[in-house]
Parts: sequence; structure tokens; C-alpha cells
Amino acid sequence: MSDAALTQGLHAAHHPRQMHHFDSMAQQKETATFGMWVFLVTEIMFFGGMFAAYMLYRMWYFPGFAAASSELDITLGGTNTVVLIGSSLTVAMAVHAAQLGKRNQTVWLLIATGVLGVVFLVIKYFEYKVKFAGHHLPDGGMIWLFPGREFQLGPFIYGGFDVSQSPELAPIASQVRIFMVIYFALTGMHALHMIIGIGILAVILRMAIRGEFSKEWHIPVEIFGLYWHFVDIVWIFLFPLLYLVHRHG
Amino acid sequence: MSHLEDGHDHILPATTYYGIFAVLMVLTAATVAAAFVDLGPLNIIVALAIAVVKASLVVLIFMHVKYGDRLNWVVVGAGVFWLFILLSMLMLDYSSRGWMNVPPIQHVS
Repeated sequence: MSDAALTQGLHAAHHPRQMHHFDSMAQQKETATFGMWVFLVTEIMFFGGMFAAYMLYRMWYFPGFAAASSELDITLGGTNTVVLIGSSLTVAMAVHAAQLGKRNQTVWLLIATGVLGVVFLVIKYFEYKVKFAGHHLPDGGMIWLFPGREFQLGPFIYGGFDVSQSPELAPIASQVRIFMVIYFALTGMHALHMIIGIGILAVILRMAIRGEFSKEWHIPVEIFGLYWHFVDIVWIFLFPLLYLVHRHG
Repeated sequence: MSHLEDGHDHILPATTYYGIFAVLMVLTAATVAAAFVDLGPLNIIVALAIAVVKASLVVLIFMHVKYGDRLNWVVVGAGVFWLFILLSMLMLDYSSRGWMNVPPIQHVS
């Protein structure tokens, strides 16, 4: 028996996308989903540590957190929430289209997801730009990265007083800096996950355009969808926790 | 073990996804609106409750956990449970620091 005939014989019994160590296509898919979820649990732990830091400092330094949070742009933050949840819808619909074996729909929905992801990052860039111009970057040991950008207190208002103008509010001023460190750590790691997500999206999109997915096999689209939804969930918590600390009064 | 028929997905109707998206948008508006009302200590509770509902909808419907393998329930549950341990034990520690009246460690320079 020639090699080609042997290989053909081995493959004949099942779908060409089913790897030999799986009993069935369904088992293969469940295994991939399980593996992705295990990875996402490690991601929960990763962001969980930063959320823990947020929780503790918010408890200790509430006035500073309230003053700093109210300086964030609620319109841009809210818009980004809508954009990101919208991209979750498009990626869910891309998976839906892939399940039905609709190639063109999958491609366009993946493109829409990527566009919304880029819109999110562009809005984030303008938010960061304002903070950069206002000298609100956490400097600490990282100041060599941004020479001449030492932290300056902008007009941070707490209880009707400008924190930067009254010496007796100086403790609140240093709490504002802690908030900014946590703000940049959390949103920065979230944005990095978005950038990685857009990179993965490019690969999945290329596979979709080449017609590699079918009704029977579209595991990469589903797994990418899980990742994208997870990044969306992180933002669902970040938006109220960072932007809406103390908006009343 | 698997309730999925071989090679076939549990396909939801597209309207389910649109419906969930609409609910998520309403909840986003609700969380912004609630933030501008003075509810005292309830503000953070309301904000987190809305976020948890939104996240649950994404996990259960968009991420198909509701229709998935039971093994996935275990993994997702474990993740949430460990996060709960992380946050609650941390809070227990820091909120009970003053109870015993133990003087802080004196550092000798």
C-alpha cells in the first residue's frame, strides 16, 4: 500500500479537520472550548489581582478616588462601553454565521469587530493624550520614560474644593496619584489585551477569507469569540469602577 | 458525556443576540444614570450588581456557557469562586486589622 493510499484510508472515516486523537468532532470542539476557558480563568486571576488593589485603595483613599475619577471623561468612557459591547455583538454574530457556514457574513462581521476594536483604541488614545498633556501620568520610578512629565495636580475637585489649591487637602492630592496609577495599570492592560485580540482577529479573518471554515469546523472563530467577550467583560467592570466612583453631589 | 450531537452546534436564533445586546445597552444607561443619584453606600452596590448582571449575560449567552458542556460550568464556577476568595479574604484581613489592638511593628533603623 502506498503512503498516499494509507493516509487516504486513515482520513476517509472522518472529517479532514478532525484530529486523530479525538473520538468525534463534538469532542474535539468541547476540548478546545475547555482549554480556552482554563486560559480565561488564569486571565480572571491576572485582572483579579489588579481589581483587588483597586478595591483596597478605594477603601483607604476614597476622597482621592472620588476627585480623580470625576476628572475622567464620562462621555468617552461611555461611548467606549457602547463600542465594545457592540463589538461583542458583531463577534457573537460572526460565530453564529460560521455555525451556519455563511462565509461572507462571517468575514464581514469579523471586519466589523476589528473596526470597532480600533475605534475603542483610538478613543482610548485621545483619553490618554489629555492625561498626558495634564501631567497626570503616574511618574514614580518610570519617569525616565517620560522626561519632564512629572506628576502635576490638575483641578481635581472634591467636596466643592480644588484639591490642588488648598494645602489642607494635600493628603487627598497624593491619593489622586494612586488612583491614576491604578487607572493606567488597569486600562493599559485592558488595551494591551485589545491590541493582542486585534492581532488574533487578523489571523482568523485571513482563514475566513480563504474559506477554511465550514458548518462542521469553525473552532478558531468560536475560541476567538470567547477571548473577545472576556476582554469586553473586563471593561464592563472597569467602566463603573473607574469612571463612576462619585458622580453625584 | 456529551449532549451535543456529533458535529452539530446548538445554534441560537440571531434575535437572541440582538435581544441580549439591547438589554446590555439598557443596563449601561442604567449604571450611568444611577451614578448621578446619591444612594450613599448603595452606589457601589448598584454599580457592581448591574456589572455582574451584564457580565453574566455575556458569559451565559454570548459565550454559550448556558448551552455548553457541564465541564465548562465547573471551570467558570471555579474561576469566579477563586476570585471571590481573593477579594473576600483580602477584605477580611484589612477590615479586621484594628480589632486586636496589636501595636504596629517598630522598625529599627
